[in-house]
Amino acid sequence: MSLISCEDLAFAYDGVTVLRHLDFKVEQGDYLCILGENGAGKSTLMKGLLGLKKPSAGTVSFGEELRAKEIGYLPQQTPVQKDFPASVREVVLSGCLSGMGMRPFYAKAEKDRADRNMQALEITDLKDRCYRDLSGGQQQRVLLARALCATKKVILLDEPVAGLDPLVTINMYRLIERINKEMGITVIMVSHDMQAATKYASHILHLGEDRQLFFGTCEDYRHTAAYHSFMDGEKAVHIWKKAAGKEKKPRAASPEPEEKGEKEKKEVQQ
Amino acid sequence: MFGLILEMFTYPFMVRALCMGVLVAVCSALLGVTLVLKRYSMIGDGLSHVGFGALAIATAMNAAPLAVAIPVVIAAAFLLLRLTENSKIKGDAAVALISTGALAIGVMVVSMTTGMNTDVYNYLFGSILSMSHGDVVLTGTVSAVILVMFVFFYNRIFAVTFDETFARATGLNAKLYNTVIAVLTALIIVVGMRMMGSLLISSLVVFPAVTSMRTCITFRSVMICSAVVSTICLVTGLVISYLYAAPTGASIVLCNIAAFITFAAVQKGRECLQSSEKSL
Ligand SMILES: Nc1ncnc2c1ncn2[C@@H]1O[C@H](COP(=O)(O)OP(=O)(O)O)[C@@H](O)[C@H]1O
Ligand SMILES: [Mg+2]
Repeated sequence: MSLISCEDLAFAYDGVTVLRHLDFKVEQGDYLCILGENGAGKSTLMKGLLGLKKPSAGTVSFGEELRAKEIGYLPQQTPVQKDFPASVREVVLSGCLSGMGMRPFYAKAEKDRADRNMQALEITDLKDRCYRDLSGGQQQRVLLARALCATKKVILLDEPVAGLDPLVTINMYRLIERINKEMGITVIMVSHDMQAATKYASHILHLGEDRQLFFGTCEDYRHTAAYHSFMDGEKAVHIWKKAAGKEKKPRAASPEPEEKGEKEKKEVQQ
Repeated sequence: MFGLILEMFTYPFMVRALCMGVLVAVCSALLGVTLVLKRYSMIGDGLSHVGFGALAIATAMNAAPLAVAIPVVIAAAFLLLRLTENSKIKGDAAVALISTGALAIGVMVVSMTTGMNTDVYNYLFGSILSMSHGDVVLTGTVSAVILVMFVFFYNRIFAVTFDETFARATGLNAKLYNTVIAVLTALIIVVGMRMMGSLLISSLVVFPAVTSMRTCITFRSVMICSAVVSTICLVTGLVISYLYAAPTGASIVLCNIAAFITFAAVQKGRECLQSSEKSL
């Protein structure tokens, strides 16, 4: 059985469905990248996987070896945290709470765990610094260390590189790759960055307006119109026409590939 | 002057005021840290105004003041928390509506019944003479609950304050913690109101937290520093009010302002020092 599997999953806010017909599976060791435009429902799906939002239809099921509260999570940054007086160590340690049951204080095991993860993310020398005095990239690494404390198996990252400068971004991607490869932790990451996604991920889930445009391996994804409409408008049209000729109704990408392709291209260039 | 201060504590009501005051100061400072960091400090202010409305109505009906005020303020705490959590209906505006609305109702009830007498004045601005034995017992109980909670749930309170979504994702019942904190705030505000007055009690919640955040860089030190600063300000304020026959609540708030200015100056000084070191 898969680590996480979603069947015909849908989410709604106040009766308005924002996502429907999601079908995908995540296996142990996968690196899944969730792509989609702003408001496509990526964060909503993350919350659904974490059990913070109830699906309006369908099911999320976990394999025997995984419980819902054993997932590490790196949320999209909230403004509240920006000026929070807390040391890096305090923040990272708070990730260990999930495994403590009703025990009120941290034991040596939790402290060691926090130290190990701080070491892995190269923030040990920041451990007594104040969270609010750190740079954006450092703050993200602290939150990543906290997420690692909460899990041994799966980590969910919601736009981990948003607002970081290019060099720091590359560094962050490398760290995430190491978490996936060396620690063997399954990674599910939300991103806007198509290039990085196809470079690092093993699987892609592409969300469109309110439905799933693509799910499969990264390799297969490179041959779809959805991918090329992001990367290269003309090629997308070509693939589109071929697909339309074969099966009348293509299963991927948006109604006006040409227009959309142009638009995306401009965005990428910017 | 030292003799005068010693003499001050030979009066039983002064000792009682000091004990109660310290308990209220410590508890409201601890609660204040989480409220301020979660952007809930307006809840404290709203609750104290609701408290005044409830006390005014209790006086008009000749009922026991606390028996009316406690349930009303707790109910208001639930309501305000809901409103603040739900950003759609402009949480802060809603809190302001309820807070000024309750004050207006209180003032109206007072003017239609007893008029502006000493009791009402004390509800607004506080008095250390108006505290009864029952108040002492209540303050002791509420403070004990708050202190025990902050010791045993300290790590969880940190997690919920720092990042509620993450806390919920790792299995903490964040809603429950929020509710418990709001209810305890309601209780400490009602008991603290007797001494500080409903117009000034929320300063005891907000000031120490904001003050210690100037210089402290860990959550634990903010907590401890708030409690200590709050206690020192309360004792100093009490002594000043005794020596100069000044209103107690106002003296305590002025001490808090002085503490805030001191801490802010230290912070500024440090920043200047750091930037001049960098430029060297
Ligand atoms: N708390 C909420 N209440 C109502 N609608 C929401 C809420 N959160 C998100 N939405 C809506 O759901 C859609 C998906 O949002 P989100 O999952 O945050 O998108 P993404 O993370 O992909 O940018 C958006 O149209 C947004 O307006
Ligand atoms: Mg999002």
